[in-house]
Amino acid sequence: MFSYLVNRVFQAIGVLLVVALLSFVIFNYVGDPINNMVGQEATLEDREELRERLGLNDSVIVQFLRFVANAAEGEFGISYQFQRKVSDLILERMPATLELVFVSAVIALAAGIGLGVFTGLRRDSWLSRFVLTVSLVGVSLPTFVIGILLIYIFSVGLEWLPSFGRGDTVRLGDWDSGLLTGSGWLAIILPAITLGLFQLTIILRLVRAEMLEVLRTDYIKFARARGLSRRAINFGHALKNTMVPVITIAGLQIGTLIAFSIITETVFQWPGMGLLFIQGVEFADVPIMGAYLLLAAIAFVAINLIVDLLYAAVDPRLRVSAQRGKGTA
Amino acid sequence: MKRLMTAAAVAAALAVAAMPASAKNVLKWASQGDALTADPHSQNEGPTNSATLQIYEGLVFRDPAMKLIPALATSWSTVAGKPNVWEFKLRKGVKFHDGSPFTADDVVFTMQRIKLPTSDFKNYVKSVVEAKKVDSHTVQLVTKGPNPILPNQLTQIGIMSAAWAKKHKVEKPLDFKNNEESYAARHANGTGPYMLKLREPGVRTILVRNPAWWGWKDSGGNVDEIVYTPIKNAATRVAALLSGQVDFVLDPPFQDLNRIGRSAKLKVVQTPQIRTIFLGLDTGVKELRTSDVKGKNPFADAKVREAMYRAIDIAAIRKVVMRGLAVPAGIITSPGVHGYTQALNGRLSYDPAKAKALLAEAGYPNGFTVRLDCPNNRYNNDEKICIAVVGMLGKVGIKVNLDAIPKSKHFPKIQKRVTDFYMLGWGVPTLDSHYVFTYLYHSKGPWNATGYANPRVDELTDAMPVTVDLKKRDAMIAEAWKHVKGANAYLPLHHQVIVWGMSKKLDLPIRADDSPHFRWAKMSK
Repeated sequence: MFSYLVNRVFQAIGVLLVVALLSFVIFNYVGDPINNMVGQEATLEDREELRERLGLNDSVIVQFLRFVANAAEGEFGISYQFQRKVSDLILERMPATLELVFVSAVIALAAGIGLGVFTGLRRDSWLSRFVLTVSLVGVSLPTFVIGILLIYIFSVGLEWLPSFGRGDTVRLGDWDSGLLTGSGWLAIILPAITLGLFQLTIILRLVRAEMLEVLRTDYIKFARARGLSRRAINFGHALKNTMVPVITIAGLQIGTLIAFSIITETVFQWPGMGLLFIQGVEFADVPIMGAYLLLAAIAFVAINLIVDLLYAAVDPRLRVSAQRGKGTA
Repeated sequence: MKRLMTAAAVAAALAVAAMPASAKNVLKWASQGDALTADPHSQNEGPTNSATLQIYEGLVFRDPAMKLIPALATSWSTVAGKPNVWEFKLRKGVKFHDGSPFTADDVVFTMQRIKLPTSDFKNYVKSVVEAKKVDSHTVQLVTKGPNPILPNQLTQIGIMSAAWAKKHKVEKPLDFKNNEESYAARHANGTGPYMLKLREPGVRTILVRNPAWWGWKDSGGNVDEIVYTPIKNAATRVAALLSGQVDFVLDPPFQDLNRIGRSAKLKVVQTPQIRTIFLGLDTGVKELRTSDVKGKNPFADAKVREAMYRAIDIAAIRKVVMRGLAVPAGIITSPGVHGYTQALNGRLSYDPAKAKALLAEAGYPNGFTVRLDCPNNRYNNDEKICIAVVGMLGKVGIKVNLDAIPKSKHFPKIQKRVTDFYMLGWGVPTLDSHYVFTYLYHSKGPWNATGYANPRVDELTDAMPVTVDLKKRDAMIAEAWKHVKGANAYLPLHHQVIVWGMSKKLDLPIRADDSPHFRWAKMSK
């Protein structure tokens, strides 16, 4: 197990270096930050001088090596548009994104598994059909349309929920939490639903399909023949066996939640890392973009690792083959 | 212990949240992008200047009608017999937000600070060679030669406290080099009507009323607290206004104006902006980079330029693309700028038949191809205007390929002089024509990518800043406009119109520079 972990960590570092290099190449195409940083009165010499100060005149390789060296020390420079340390900015914005992702993951998992089991068991009821039809909307409508739609219904029309921001936050040490105030909870409802809807639908459909599959198998028939309670069959046996693919997908989807929070955060002006990234791209704010992409890569790599480990926990067969693999390696 | 403190913090926060709403006038507003910094000299950008100038004040300022008014200086004039020395009498009894008194030393310090390489305002005060303290409330600014419009160039320059800057080590604006933040980016200490209470860059900024400000009696403003949130997404911004979560939106998208205007609680106000949108043609290169015409430059031919001008149906662009929110332009500067006249703003008539004839005369009966470079996130409906222009030029035979890209990629093309045909917009913060000539028409103008070079215009442009006889100076401006208007190196399109959306409870004067100044804001219950 340990050598497996070490192996994965080395792989992860490789992935991160590639991501960093790729993002650096891309930065050369997002445009010139200088224009956003000086007024129209600035002379060509002024611009050149600023470019020199920011180190933008160096070759891509030199800039890349400097970025990696600084990043290794946790130093990402000063944001061009906010004039703050990028590391501080990201740390400040992280709680907002993580809380949003957490709440939407809970919604997606709870509702997705619940509805998936329900529609799997009661295949033909009208309620199941209704749920499945509505869920089609969840997969087919783009996130920003759903977000705007919800805003126009619940903020502009009914005036129940705020259309932007996080509400009041409470500071707990370094963590700025919106989950401890009433206005914070009101503010998170719409963005969390918007962000989680796609995942909810995926999980729902996956659980339903797996349930249908498992319910046909011999061991379920046998369990029924043994006269086990329906609850024990449906949840103890059937649901548990659907969980391996669900965990895989759910894990990967959490990564996507973090990545897709960019759009949701932009629609709801949710002050998280995704919004910070978009603001960075518009401004050609290289330090923010570099740090964010690296962070997103770390998140993906870490989640994949955790998913791999969870497999082993859920499925004994994987544990065995891992042991065998170790023997032959 | 730590847990106890956390608990106390939570309790305190809940207590604050539970406090009853007081009778304070709180104004909540939003626009697309936040100010870049609270430092008044670091970045010369519209939203940043309008934010810092709530907190800091300059020697002079502009009222909502853009007229020059006294601010920290009560009067100013050149010293008799010395046209290159301006003397400013400073307002007495003014205090910075930290309680320290405002004196001539702060003005001298500020003048030094904005001349530093990391200041983005140094070009406004290029002519100033020395700032002299005469007594505690009199300052003289010595310029290289006479500079009759110096006060116009000082309206955007907030005065910073010398002692405060020294105490917090912000004697120079941020240089980005040492990976160290500047204290002045998130803290401020001015003399202005509002004090900075909280600044979370890109998230929220809160200003509170400075009760000690000298000007409340005249301004009549009654707003106690201003909460600003940048809201990037236009639809969300409008939704926030419609649902009453903000009282004022600086930049509502044009397609939503009807909807805002229909609401019983909201109103839309508008005014012509000091910004003109136009197309530049590279007349200077031997051969266009993006054209099928080889060996010569069609734009070098005045007939081609006139043909393109006449092919553009500006009335249609105004009506269809701009929804009426634009004023057709005949020159590339707007009403309100010194030197603009109604006569100059007249346009060549829209005449596609004549355009075709002119093209044939110039030797292009079948037209030619060229690329139009256009920003897609800078001006009102910029990309849509370009699409319309492409269609109109196509009708007279000029096949235009459109390259509409974000501003951070578009503007470098102009600066590096690698564009044949481009869109640009120009505002004039000094409200004087000289600003337009020096940047856009002078053969060495930093933004002149047209290759237009007229020695007479260069000569006039260079002479304008040092001509003290205002009558003579006006004649020079008029002559320069006459030369450049006939040349059509730029095809003028229109002057932009500013539209603000706000609650009917709010009375906030709209300004042609698109900067809300809340000292004049009045809220009713």
